[in-house]
Amino acid sequence: MTAFVNQLPIGLSIGAVLLLVALGLTFTFGQMGVINMAHGEFIMAGAYTAFLIGDLVLALPAAFLVAGAMGLVLERAAVRHFYGRPLDTLLLTWGVSLVLQQLARDLFGAPNVQVPAPSWLAGGVGILPYNRLFIMALAVAGVVAVWLYLNRTALGRRTQAVVQNRRLAATSGIDTGRVDMLTFFVGSGLAGVAGVALTLIGPVGPGLGTYYIVDAFLVVVAGGLGQLRGAVLAAAGLGLLNSYAEFWSDASLAKVIVFAVIIAFLQVRPQGMFVLRSRVLT
Amino acid sequence: MRDLIRRNLPFAAVAVVALVAAPLLLEPFRLGLLAKYLCYAIVALGIGLAWGKGGMLTLGQGVFFGLGGYAMAMYLKLTEAGPGGLPDFMVWSGVEELPALWAPFASPVLALGMAVLGPMALAVVLGTLVFRQRVRGAYFAILTQALAAALVILLVGQQGLTGGTNGMTNFFELFGRDLAEDSTQRGLYLVTAGVLGVLYLATRQLVNSRFGRLLVAVRDGEDRVRFLGYDPALVKTVTFAISAGMAGLAGALFVPVVGIISPALLGVVPSLELVVAVAVGGRHALAGAVLGAVVMGYAKTAFSEQFADGWLYLQGALFILVMTLAPKGIAGLLGRVRRARTA
Amino acid sequence: MLELRDVRVEFDGYRALDGVDLTVPEGELRFLIGPNGAGKTTLIDVITGLTRPVAGSVRFAGHDLVGRKEHRIVRLGVGRTFQTSVVFEELTVLENLDLAAGFRSPLWTLARRRRGVSEAVAEALARTGLEELAERSAGVLSHGQRQWLEIGMLLAQRPRLLLLDEPVAGMSGDERERTGRLLTEIAADHTVIVVEHDMEFLRRHASTVTVLHEGKVLVEGSVEQVSADPRVQEVYLGRRPSDAAVGERT
Repeated sequence: MTAFVNQLPIGLSIGAVLLLVALGLTFTFGQMGVINMAHGEFIMAGAYTAFLIGDLVLALPAAFLVAGAMGLVLERAAVRHFYGRPLDTLLLTWGVSLVLQQLARDLFGAPNVQVPAPSWLAGGVGILPYNRLFIMALAVAGVVAVWLYLNRTALGRRTQAVVQNRRLAATSGIDTGRVDMLTFFVGSGLAGVAGVALTLIGPVGPGLGTYYIVDAFLVVVAGGLGQLRGAVLAAAGLGLLNSYAEFWSDASLAKVIVFAVIIAFLQVRPQGMFVLRSRVLT
Repeated sequence: MRDLIRRNLPFAAVAVVALVAAPLLLEPFRLGLLAKYLCYAIVALGIGLAWGKGGMLTLGQGVFFGLGGYAMAMYLKLTEAGPGGLPDFMVWSGVEELPALWAPFASPVLALGMAVLGPMALAVVLGTLVFRQRVRGAYFAILTQALAAALVILLVGQQGLTGGTNGMTNFFELFGRDLAEDSTQRGLYLVTAGVLGVLYLATRQLVNSRFGRLLVAVRDGEDRVRFLGYDPALVKTVTFAISAGMAGLAGALFVPVVGIISPALLGVVPSLELVVAVAVGGRHALAGAVLGAVVMGYAKTAFSEQFADGWLYLQGALFILVMTLAPKGIAGLLGRVRRARTA
Repeated sequence: MLELRDVRVEFDGYRALDGVDLTVPEGELRFLIGPNGAGKTTLIDVITGLTRPVAGSVRFAGHDLVGRKEHRIVRLGVGRTFQTSVVFEELTVLENLDLAAGFRSPLWTLARRRRGVSEAVAEALARTGLEELAERSAGVLSHGQRQWLEIGMLLAQRPRLLLLDEPVAGMSGDERERTGRLLTEIAADHTVIVVEHDMEFLRRHASTVTVLHEGKVLVEGSVEQVSADPRVQEVYLGRRPSDAAVGERT
């Protein structure tokens, strides 16, 4: 029983990491339908930004800007020619991801680097260290910020309008190109923030992004396309599932169990937890 | 009849080059490499069918390739260990008794059967569950990718059962023949080329059949097909299973040809690389898929020999260029040239 | 033949169909009209299994249709077309028709190349007058030809009940005329339900008309009865139905 209770915060903290990593995807994949495989490398870029700056608090906005700028360039240079062709975007951005990984290897070397955690994050409450709590707080803050952005700012509402009906939004005078740019900027920037958070729980290497990208996409799939509350629930659920599966079996079986549970879940809710209903026949 | 001959002329020419010229002209090392590319080409053919014709972007083909490869590797390890013996890596990791899972793989028939039917069975289960719920497009792609990621972690974790990160290597003989012999390797090459040729013809036949038309229809309008009285989930599952079977067979051939199977050969990245190869070759033409796999395999070897780091840049750049400038790949470009000439 | 009882459909709390009863006897040509949002397409969707009703029953030739998968309903002999025609552009006209005709044979028999033209396909080609275009890819067809191809595909399925969703929408006068003749011809030996806005078209070709309004059946009867009914005129904003219909078309 104590073991069961102990796994709970561990699972939630894994969920918080997943949520942070997936939050950006709810923008780029969820809102725009773009499968950005380079999202993982934006995470990595954020982590290396933290490594270069060396200060957690300063690194957060810096990483947001760095990763966001990279996303902006990607969107303008390539992705925007591929709207409506999600599978092609996937392959294209995978090419970008390869290049970025190699770039990181050339710039920072292949071995992992360690970002020292700030002293004020040493220690913890019970079995939860402060750095995990910080990540959870960051995840919550991220969700609140995204929610406020989407629902309480004019830009966010425009984003949603473009998502729901691109042509109608365009004819209502919304510059969809600018909205796309901005959405991609924010989504990628969030990846950068996630990257900073990841430096608190592990070393940073060129392969950091590939390690998280698959799980991050799974969160979006299970949560439902473009659904913030879905992403939150899915991240928490997957985090808990991961931690309990690892606890009761072992780490190598846990991923298979998680996969099986997701497939089983899709039998009940094929479109994720929440869906936007549509009558369009595809 | 003349039409039939003319249509098959390119195939016949390639077959002659592959089956006669290549074994005569290439030194054993190069021939071995070509055999490896042809294994990948078999997987690519399956991807061409599932993705190009059926619209199912499968990013987990390495899973099926790996299952086929491991089935074959288990058989090879068991024949070497002899009756009652244990494979070398099990001895190293302190396993004392042969795991029950391994027992059937002592039989070559069962092992080869598992190499093909195992992946097909997994594809049928996954396909039925996923396609029936109308999970498709990007969602399907992500799920297959997640499966690849999960399998790698499983294989690495079950050290005593699978050889862990190192996988299985050091194979010495196949059906009583020495794998180090050039003649064995040449034979393996011919078998691989032959299998690819037969599968190519069979797949082409399938694509040109009424089933092939149905598959294209499912790709372009899955929901509409329902109202023509077909179950698209069934059509997709069958196709997915065929492509999985091909990947499994390719894996089984790959192991004696290359001499190793390990998680690194079948994870997310190798699976994606194969999809990339198909895209570069041209996803809409089966020949393009095969061509892409061989070209990309060759390019990878050539560049890794020269400057290893450059390969990732080159692959990434090539890929971005193909997707932006020639989304139909090499086959699309060739088609355009041909049309321009006749016009 | 077809019998709907108290069918209710809700989309997120919105009642698209609010207790619809509809009986269509064998061999009838029935027109379904009503203003936008009346629930016409939803009704077709319910019959063909695309939308599941929250309550009510749909029976066809002794089978309960509610909860059946779309392709199973087709296999019982119910075929439909869509408002925006969906044909397979990469396939030829003939291949499109052959696909529609083939669903009764088991899947493995499709693994062969098509040889010749089956009876059902030849008949569909002849009826829709698409013989000349048989080998052309469906992608090059005009709007009207695509609609005919869709009707042809429907015929090739050899269904017992045909549901046509706005078959003449967007067609020119000539094309309408031809489609109307085709419809009358089909109706001679099939049970047909047609969703249509165009009152002129209705007057020329309809026998029995059902008017839907706000998810309910408003009136049912002959064209004359229906167009003379004050409730129908009121539904069409107090204007004469024909005017309203013109405004309806988009």
